[in-house]
Amino acid sequence: MASSSSSSDQQSFVTEKPQEEAYEEKHVHEVYQQIASHFSSTRYKAWPVVKRFLTELTPGAIGLDVGCGNGKCLPVNQNVFIVASDRSENLARIAANHQPHSVIVADILNLPHPDSFFDFAISIAVIHHLSTPDRRIQAIREILRALKPATVEAPGGKVLLYVWALEQKTSRRGWDKGDQQDVMVPWVMTSNPPKNAPSDQPKVFHRYYHLYEANELERDITKAGGRVLESGYEKDNWWAIATR
Amino acid sequence: MKLITANFLTCAVKGCKASPASFPLHFRDAELELQELDFQPDFIRNIVPRIDWHALQIMANELGFPKILDKKPEGDELKDEQILKELHRLLLETHINEGKLTCGNCGHEYLIKEGIANFLLPSHLV
Ligand SMILES: [Zn+2]
Repeated sequence: MASSSSSSDQQSFVTEKPQEEAYEEKHVHEVYQQIASHFSSTRYKAWPVVKRFLTELTPGAIGLDVGCGNGKCLPVNQNVFIVASDRSENLARIAANHQPHSVIVADILNLPHPDSFFDFAISIAVIHHLSTPDRRIQAIREILRALKPATVEAPGGKVLLYVWALEQKTSRRGWDKGDQQDVMVPWVMTSNPPKNAPSDQPKVFHRYYHLYEANELERDITKAGGRVLESGYEKDNWWAIATR
Repeated sequence: MKLITANFLTCAVKGCKASPASFPLHFRDAELELQELDFQPDFIRNIVPRIDWHALQIMANELGFPKILDKKPEGDELKDEQILKELHRLLLETHINEGKLTCGNCGHEYLIKEGIANFLLPSHLV
């Protein structure tokens, strides 16, 4: 649990799991429901590594975009078919406009997809929202489960994971190695406030993030039973391509 | 939700995935709509090999469509524009706007609302 959480030292009657779920519900899911359209207007382009990964896919490949947000990765390749999913119904509705793909509401830890089927998956800026190491590893395991395993004739399905880096001292946030990894990040909604909001007061929402340090994403993938094929750093983020 | 989507969905409950009864999910009270989309023959040709034909037959039947081909088209059949056009209509232009998808193993019902299916589980099923 994040050290910034007030509930981390509380002993309660509920088991650990619902408590973590409730934490993410409040500090991740509800926030995205609230900020969906504003968030969407600021996220309009896929990052270079994501673009390359999607562009190089074989036409006709079937894949997943887990935690698709507003669907900004969906326009990159229209020769593949993507079943995109998000926890936020508001974001899923925005993402649903991208043809020829399809969008559903689902939880990364309980994906409604068959085992061992998909040619590829992406999960961009998602697993850093899960609030314990165990849940982040479970999320990776759940995506790997859905990927096609390698056979003698063909390589297996591949997933591209992308997470926010702790090492980003040149960014606006300025975090760096040695800083606290579990943080609450404000989202300031300045334009287009809801009609009933007080005028001129920017609304501030806080989202929970786990900032990944160097090699941590690769470690989590290995713990989830995956094999890292390639990894790197791109503009304040760590990324890795993995297979089963 | 495009009909093709259901070919890549199963029950979100972990214990159901190993059961053949969890795939395909079954449509109930489905309200359909045809939404036109540009016909891309290559796209259909490329994705057909990845379609579970038996599951598609079951779904088309449950939704009350005329019988689809007995066997998945392959080879020269995939050059037949008529076949490709029909598949384009069925897979990509046929949308399920309202209704339910139910699991044949555990019986859980997933709601489809305004074209979006929701697979979030109640806490007792997680
Ligand atoms: Zn089930």
